[in-house]
Amino acid sequence: MPVTTIEGHEIHVDAEGFMTEYDEWTEELGKALADAIGVELTDDAWGPIRFLREDFKAEGGHTPTLRRVSTVGGFDTKKLFEMFPKKPAKKMAYIAGLPKPAGCV
Amino acid sequence: MKNLVILGGGTAGTMAANKLRKALDKVEWQITVVDRHDKHDYQPGYLFIPFGTYTPEEVTRSRRKYVSDDIPIVYGDIDRVDAEARTVSLTNGTVLPYDQLVIATGVTPRPDQTPGMDDEGSWYVDVFDFYTHEGATALAKKLETWKGGKLVVQVVEMPIKCPVAPLEFVFLAESFFTERGMRDQVEITYVTPLPSAFTKPICSEHMGHLLTERKIALESDYMVERVDSAEKMLVSYDERQVPYDLLVTVPLNMGADFVARSGLGNELNLVPVDKHTLLSRTYDDIWALGDANDIPASKAGSVAHFEIEVFIDNFLEHIAGKPLTGSFDGHANCFIETGYGKAMLIDFNYDTEPLPGKFPVPGVGPMSLLKETKVNHMGKLAFRWAYWNVLMPGRPMPIGAAMSMTGKDVPVA
Repeated sequence: MPVTTIEGHEIHVDAEGFMTEYDEWTEELGKALADAIGVELTDDAWGPIRFLREDFKAEGGHTPTLRRVSTVGGFDTKKLFEMFPKKPAKKMAYIAGLPKPAGCV
Repeated sequence: MKNLVILGGGTAGTMAANKLRKALDKVEWQITVVDRHDKHDYQPGYLFIPFGTYTPEEVTRSRRKYVSDDIPIVYGDIDRVDAEARTVSLTNGTVLPYDQLVIATGVTPRPDQTPGMDDEGSWYVDVFDFYTHEGATALAKKLETWKGGKLVVQVVEMPIKCPVAPLEFVFLAESFFTERGMRDQVEITYVTPLPSAFTKPICSEHMGHLLTERKIALESDYMVERVDSAEKMLVSYDERQVPYDLLVTVPLNMGADFVARSGLGNELNLVPVDKHTLLSRTYDDIWALGDANDIPASKAGSVAHFEIEVFIDNFLEHIAGKPLTGSFDGHANCFIETGYGKAMLIDFNYDTEPLPGKFPVPGVGPMSLLKETKVNHMGKLAFRWAYWNVLMPGRPMPIGAAMSMTGKDVPVA
């Protein structure tokens, strides 16, 4: 796995830059990752990011889908598209330091 | 005597019932199948109904006929499973106790989950699903007289039954309109929530080329918010509008409602199982097979078939109190109809994406992976015979449960 340095922290990432070590993530890193893809992390935007982190851990290592973030997490899908434009599921996972959501086949 | 109750007598449930009946002692284990009615549809056949290749009657057979005579089928709607009491209650009051339970009730398209999709006056008038018996039949009638315009083929959200079916639908539609001499009167757009035509990179590239070649427009990363049935357009969460004259949709696919009522499902009513053993992640006497589970594999009959080979061994070990040694690899094998009497074939699993090559005999075939051939198309049509005569009775198929790398061309990194 490649290693990269963000904000002075060495982190493990996959080929697309998604973090691969759950415990290497901090909120400070989350902010840096958001900056890197041009997302502004408002107070509202932190809600789904924290949900992703908790749900991933509770569900044994599955990155939640967009539907799960809305139905289980209770976040409005339309707002998620505003906060994380075009590809909210992918962008939220990237910022939350989780694997890219599995493209179901 | 112990009770094994199998909920659902479709592809997965029928195969599991027949194979386990042969494997289990008849005095020790009673097997019961529960389903709503006696109609067992060959679901891959739905694809061919709108274009008149199959009649609606041709895809339906008697469920009873394909479940071994010594397995009773109880007909009724399932109200709920009580996982603590280990009982299944039907809405007619019947209560079935179980020692082991198999959930194989599949998934169902749910147009009601997208606002405006099933509006009266547009559903089955200019908006259709095609992966149901009713939808495919209604669409066949529509296409008989349709004069052309904007055809939009759209997928609401993954996962769906037979993930390649919507792409097959656009290819068959393109070929259908060309053969009818009206291709220039039809504008075809394929709308998908995925970032490209399909999920796996190499296959997606092949599909993408084919769409371009056939002049089919692609609208990707499209998460539909609602259908505006008055204005006849799709509206996405990021406010992209796609107008249609005829919308062929694959609605959200959800597991059975009783799964949710019983507290056994995730947000799509799919039963969470270990993706290698197929045993529930919560209850050690509940299994989920086929489309009903949450494994990250295609919701397809081939997956159910390969999965059940592994499940049978695991089940026998489990009831003998032994550790489960069978590990499912996510193996899927799907034909992709590409129109003009040709098809592609893909063979893949959890870890390996579809690759080019020959199948099932390496270097020989007769079928070709990721390539359009007439032989592949004949393979797809012949598969209907194999489904009823080999798969359902639980006879061995000449293809292993685990995916094989031989015969596949591995790209050089």
